[in-house]
Amino acid sequence: MVTSRHALPDPPARLWRNPEPKRSYDVVIVGAGGHGLATAYYLARNHGIRDIAVLERGWLAGGNMARNTTIIRSNYLLDASAALYDHALQLWEQLPDELEYDFLLSQRGVLNLAHTEQEVRDSRRRAFANELNGVDAEWVTPDEIAEICPILNTSADLRYPVLGATLQRRAGIAKHDHVAWALARKSDEMGVDLIQECEVTGFLTEGDRVTGVQTTAGPIAAGRVGLAAAGRTSLLTDTLGIRLPLQSHPLQALVSELLEPVHPCVVMSNHVHVYCSQAHKGELVLGAGVDSYNGYAHRGSVHVIENQLAAAVELFPIFARAHVVRTWAGTVDVTPDASPIIGPTPYENLFVNCGWGTGGFKATPGAGWVFAHTIATGEPHPLNAPYGMERFTTGALVDEHGAAAVAH
Amino acid sequence: MLQIRCPWCGDREETEFRYGGQAHVDYPRDPAALDDRAWGEYLFVRDNPKGEFAERWVHTAGCRRWFTTVRDTATNQMRAELPSARKPVM
Repeated sequence: MVTSRHALPDPPARLWRNPEPKRSYDVVIVGAGGHGLATAYYLARNHGIRDIAVLERGWLAGGNMARNTTIIRSNYLLDASAALYDHALQLWEQLPDELEYDFLLSQRGVLNLAHTEQEVRDSRRRAFANELNGVDAEWVTPDEIAEICPILNTSADLRYPVLGATLQRRAGIAKHDHVAWALARKSDEMGVDLIQECEVTGFLTEGDRVTGVQTTAGPIAAGRVGLAAAGRTSLLTDTLGIRLPLQSHPLQALVSELLEPVHPCVVMSNHVHVYCSQAHKGELVLGAGVDSYNGYAHRGSVHVIENQLAAAVELFPIFARAHVVRTWAGTVDVTPDASPIIGPTPYENLFVNCGWGTGGFKATPGAGWVFAHTIATGEPHPLNAPYGMERFTTGALVDEHGAAAVAH
Repeated sequence: MLQIRCPWCGDREETEFRYGGQAHVDYPRDPAALDDRAWGEYLFVRDNPKGEFAERWVHTAGCRRWFTTVRDTATNQMRAELPSARKPVM
């Protein structure tokens, strides 16, 4: 048989199998976003648990993992937050080698701008707190900012002039899809079943013990179940009568057309409220805060986009010539203290990792690390011990609202 | 953008309003009688349904009055009938 010289090339090797679900697993993770995949990866890598299914209602990493603005940083004010997020950043720095996958981690630095005297004081306090916690942070003046990011308008005639900024040089961005695919490939290699289009609709229980999950592909038994379902978490916990302090909001983002490289770092402004970086391909990627109302519609209101564009054009005059190509929204689960909930639940063998709100992407490997530990041992890792749901009874909140370098 | 029906001013754009979250969350009659769990629940926990949700809005740029309406959080469809003119509590 003569083969055509013009035969199509072989399709790329698959990064993971697409197995049929088994009837039973040691651990079932609900949600194959970044956090679910990282949890499966570290369960297999750190704890030797290989009989794992990650169940995903849509396609792998197609929820908030596909919709975020890919900013990675750890310059949080509070001790518990700095520890959690900087551990994640340290893992990010190892992962490209460890996963043998270049997902374009770019530590290009993040500037958090201060526009008022109060914000200057708060920002410097945060930088000092970061230094005490071993998190790299420095205060930079408008002249220094102009050198770091020449396209930023640092003139004094802005409505809210840039009075300075904190700079975290280790912060940056990464290619979110490739992060998910890298984690998926390694997890799959270690025997984890990644099962797409399999929606978890409820739980199998015996008394106050969870024994599995009910899915659109039938019941699946599980020794332990970990939820990494972001905005849909409370829909699942509601079926057990567990009331979590979560409110699901639309969070929008947008990109411009592909442009020449003009923006060398990440800029975040809490006061005029926009954050912006330029993706590797060239799009300007912008985001801001959540829409005010609860919603699962995967869409938000246009004035939220308009406000952040106004802020961006004020800060970056050359953006006036760019165009909005796409806007979209994810559904983010926000807690009252803008910190996540990671830990056991009143039901034995059921664990939650939720409430990451608008900031989950940056924590992807760290969340996976501590959630895997929590599931494997039944006890929180020291890094997530402050993040149990009991803090909403004790009052020991990890209150990052307004302290976390950006409003949520 | 949502179009929201104020019971006093009629249909207006969302930018005229502020959101108040779940409706019918009343201050406990006897707060001192609540244990920590119940107090935490009152302070921090609200319903988060996918579907119909009774919620509060305040018409900040109009009559400045609060009202309760029912919106489907999956579709953003608001019930056509006039929102409750339940006496504003805030």
